[in-house]
Amino acid sequence: MKTINEMRLSVDSRSINEGFSRVAVAAFIACLDPNVEELTDIKTAVSEAVTNAIVHGYRDYQGKIYITVSLLENNIVRIKVRDKGVGIADIEKAMQPLFTTAGSERAGLGFAVMESFMDRVRVLSKPGAGTTVTLEKKIWGKNI
Amino acid sequence: MSAKIEYKPKEIKVYLDGEIDHHSASLLRASIDEAIIQKKPSMLTLDFSDVSFMDSSGIGLVMGRYKLMKTVGGRIRVENLSASAYRVMVLAGLERLGEIKQKEVI
Repeated sequence: MKTINEMRLSVDSRSINEGFSRVAVAAFIACLDPNVEELTDIKTAVSEAVTNAIVHGYRDYQGKIYITVSLLENNIVRIKVRDKGVGIADIEKAMQPLFTTAGSERAGLGFAVMESFMDRVRVLSKPGAGTTVTLEKKIWGKNI
Repeated sequence: MSAKIEYKPKEIKVYLDGEIDHHSASLLRASIDEAIIQKKPSMLTLDFSDVSFMDSSGIGLVMGRYKLMKTVGGRIRVENLSASAYRVMVLAGLERLGEIKQKEVI
């Protein structure tokens, strides 16, 4: 699919940047005139992906998180959140609801939220090399 | 993000304000837990009226407080959730742990 507009952003894997990342993505897609619900859905999914990179990918050290937002034809938004952290050995297991390696205050529902709020979620990962989460959603705006 | 804690007889009511994510949840947790441990209330109410954003960190916040309330013999109630925060809570099945209510649409 053809890319019409694109932005890239890299932030340090510090939790303070979770808020900045989701707001920056929301600001970039504002030109598609999304409705409030779509904007909240995307902010929530981005927040989950960035938090995963911080809590899991870079759990032992700090690194960079690379966010690419592409606006594709037919009002489709594609967001890639990439880290160069520890990676995921078993993606299927990691995506199971309630599975977490981060202790009792993490619900293990990050991927479940991403899947529920976005049209499509893909995860590519290699232990020792990092993880890329790709999120896609069609923006209907006020035409829904 | 802030939490205003109101003490009533046997009840603690927490008015949450701002954005709840992994970053802010850890700060909120400490102040709420301190209040629970001190007062051992029979009801903890979390009021989400002024929460402008919440991701799955909000689930951990509610689940963790539910477990702590159980150890002091109390219950938990969540009020005035936005539509999307309510969706996240229901996705986690939190309505099985206590009363989970959406904001009334005016």
